Amino acid sequence: MPEPTSAPLVVPTAAGLYCPAGDFHVDPWRPVERAVITHGHSDHARLGHARYWAARPGLGILRKRLGDVDVVPVEYGEPLAFGRARVSFHPAGHVLGSAQIRIEADRATWVISGDYKREPDPTCAPFEVVACDTFVSEATFALPIYRWRPTAEVVDEIREWWLANRRAGVASVLGCYALGKAQRVLAELLRVTDEPVYVHGAVATLTDVYREAGVAMVPTLPVSAARKDYAGELIVAPPGADATPWMRRFGKASTGFCSGWMRVRGNRRRRGYDRGFVLSDHADWPSLLRTIRETRARRALLTHGHSDVLVRYLREQGVEAGALETAFAGEDGGTDTPATAGGPPLGAVGAPTDANAPAVPERAREA
Amino acid sequence: MRAFAALYDALDTTTSTNARVQALVAYFRAAPPADAAWAVWFLSGRRLKRFIGPALLRRWLVEIGGEPEWLVEEAYASVGDLAETIALLLDRRDDGADQDDVALTEWVEHRLLPLRGLPPEVQREQVLAWWHRLPWRECFLLNKLLTGELRVGVSQTLVARALAEVANLPRPAIEHRLMGDWSPSPEFYARLVDPEQRAEHDGSRPYPFFLASPLEHPPEQLGDVRDWQAEWKWDGIRAQLVKRGGQVYLWSRGEELVTERFPELAAAAARLPDGLALDGEVLAWHADEGVLPFGVLQTRIGRTKLSKKLLESAPVRFLAYDLLEQDGRDLRSLAIAERRARLDSLRPALPLPLIVGDLVAADSWTELARLREGSRERRVEGLMLKAKSSVYGTGRTRGAWWKWKIEPFTFDGVLVYAQPGHGRRSSLYTDYTFAVWRGTGLVPVAKAYSGLTDAEILEVDRWIRRHTVERFGPVRSVEPVQVFELAFEGINRSTRHKSGIALRFPRIARWRHDKPASEADTLANLEALIGDGTPS
Repeated sequence: MPEPTSAPLVVPTAAGLYCPAGDFHVDPWRPVERAVITHGHSDHARLGHARYWAARPGLGILRKRLGDVDVVPVEYGEPLAFGRARVSFHPAGHVLGSAQIRIEADRATWVISGDYKREPDPTCAPFEVVACDTFVSEATFALPIYRWRPTAEVVDEIREWWLANRRAGVASVLGCYALGKAQRVLAELLRVTDEPVYVHGAVATLTDVYREAGVAMVPTLPVSAARKDYAGELIVAPPGADATPWMRRFGKASTGFCSGWMRVRGNRRRRGYDRGFVLSDHADWPSLLRTIRETRARRALLTHGHSDVLVRYLREQGVEAGALETAFAGEDGGTDTPATAGGPPLGAVGAPTDANAPAVPERAREA
Repeated sequence: MRAFAALYDALDTTTSTNARVQALVAYFRAAPPADAAWAVWFLSGRRLKRFIGPALLRRWLVEIGGEPEWLVEEAYASVGDLAETIALLLDRRDDGADQDDVALTEWVEHRLLPLRGLPPEVQREQVLAWWHRLPWRECFLLNKLLTGELRVGVSQTLVARALAEVANLPRPAIEHRLMGDWSPSPEFYARLVDPEQRAEHDGSRPYPFFLASPLEHPPEQLGDVRDWQAEWKWDGIRAQLVKRGGQVYLWSRGEELVTERFPELAAAAARLPDGLALDGEVLAWHADEGVLPFGVLQTRIGRTKLSKKLLESAPVRFLAYDLLEQDGRDLRSLAIAERRARLDSLRPALPLPLIVGDLVAADSWTELARLREGSRERRVEGLMLKAKSSVYGTGRTRGAWWKWKIEPFTFDGVLVYAQPGHGRRSSLYTDYTFAVWRGTGLVPVAKAYSGLTDAEILEVDRWIRRHTVERFGPVRSVEPVQVFELAFEGINRSTRHKSGIALRFPRIARWRHDKPASEADTLANLEALIGDGTPS
């Protein structure tokens, strides 16, 4: 393994994570010259940069969300040169086109995970373990209470809930982040049904992008004013839509929400959902530990969520670890509160203006 | 326990009243009577005393879990519920669903109850074995049972509605059968859902309490003042005094038998005729001074031993304001005016310390409002308004009984500490401590949990996280900047509080964005209220 140098390859700055050796930023939150983007969620891909680099499968999403910006599409594994840094993109398994960023310079190798998960997901390429010296990992769900069950079980639960609601003559409104989670659910539902699912407009546009990318999903229909009776149907909507007048058209409805946060009963009850389905696009506690181990990194730097917990745990296990300040999590207090994740991140300037923003602001953190 | 766990889940995961009643009905129809009896026990808010303390459970978890203690604590702080934290941390097996189901009755009667009195190492062995085998939902319920905290979020009315549907009886019949002292046996359950309405055998059983709603509109909207019976609203313990078969039973509104806490009331009631039920209020009452503050009554609550000294320093009376049963006849379907006439004719027969409350006479709402202004001097909370034609209902049926309380005291306090709430508020800072000025320093005077909207709670939570000064375990001290108006019902001197005062029922009235901390109240402002409606 090469000797790590004292100069870090990535440093936190007011604009975001910055690589001095290559003079570029990763997922910056202030306008910069060169923005290397891990994925299309709005807290990672923002407007205002001069030029973007992003994994090719995620190009459609970026275009849909940011419009006609200057994007350089990059193949997974394709070597790029930025200054004296060699840079490549590797699948992160988070959403379509999500990438980890590998940076090699000054005889050191860093990998920035972006958001990732290890569970199989029919909508995107699986996470690739990339060996490195320093692994910059997300830590959104870094508590041992967060363990995901097999996706098939969760999909069965969703289907059972839907059918029970149909028997009761009510609609099922399922909250899913409009980018990623919604399409993953629509794709996973193919395991159990080929019935059409109704989707909110914010979900529909991104679902079209996924279809164009060749992702197989159950048929989707737009929720339109014309149709009167949704009893027995499943409707996929962005989180929070259930608190808007948009909901009225469904009459009586049971509400559900798909998220890793739903693992904790209090989170579901506080948000007022009838049902919580524990389905996350982030790594759970065992996956975080496993991934850090598999990268054989000498050092782990953690961002988001419960980074302080994971730092302490890793150090006690004899792994060098530290926290890296970022604005991705939006939460500044230290403990997890999904409720506060929607707030403006510290250090962020202005709100990202997103031409295709859902009717309801998308939660920044979880997808 | 699997079916009960599924019921718990069903109740927990729908907000639809109908769906909840149907889940209850389905459970009761399918459950063996012994299990159903225990289910009714838990669903009606009854609990088994804690078997094992939370500290011990946490220690065992650390010992077997392989997670360091601090990490378990972090997890607990994030979840906010120990039973759930343990279940989540233990949930690493694929599933325990292939395990044999053990009936709820078996769990309670043959596993949990025998735990009492066992040496800790044997308890430990038992609990660890259960933890190891149970699927996580049942593990969660087991932990709730072990810590004596099993609460099911369902109202008594819904449970009674479901049982009424199962038994094909009117709901009040079920409600009455659920009152009083009963043990969760299959025989009890059989009687509970017995479709025959025969004479009730249990002589101790009180009637379901009829409750008043707060009056939130001008009393003139109630129509003619002459159609209403007005009484003072006393600040004591609502209670029902029952005398049947030579026995006296004093029931608190929480359906707790409190006869033994008030021996002087029991002794007096023993001289009453049989077949009698009075509805009223237990009050701390001095022969010369009249009613005493609730704080005095509180010294009688929760004491298992009543010393002579205590009986003298906190004398009580039972003030009756309604007659529910006379000569063994249920009078609830009579109009209150009629019941009142009978109660008044009982007056001469009532030995002290049993008394009958007086009516408040007024010819107009204006006059009544003026009388109400004098509530604090009389040490009452305001007025009760009861429709003269109304019968004695069950629960809180709006329209017949109103409580017309006086405005609470208020003060402006500075937010100084916060800690996370419990249950659905477990990941938010919702429990606050407020302080007032004493000289140049702030001294905490009140803790308050309620009064903000959900949106405000989120905003305060966010603010707290950004303005934390120090952390002490789950508690954060915050910059003394935010001012809140707090309402409270009374104030007393207290040696147990650093401030020297104790407030009764403090809650947040509103967030005073407009006020700087320097303009919050002083301790002297609050002390000045002592004696106002409170004897010193």
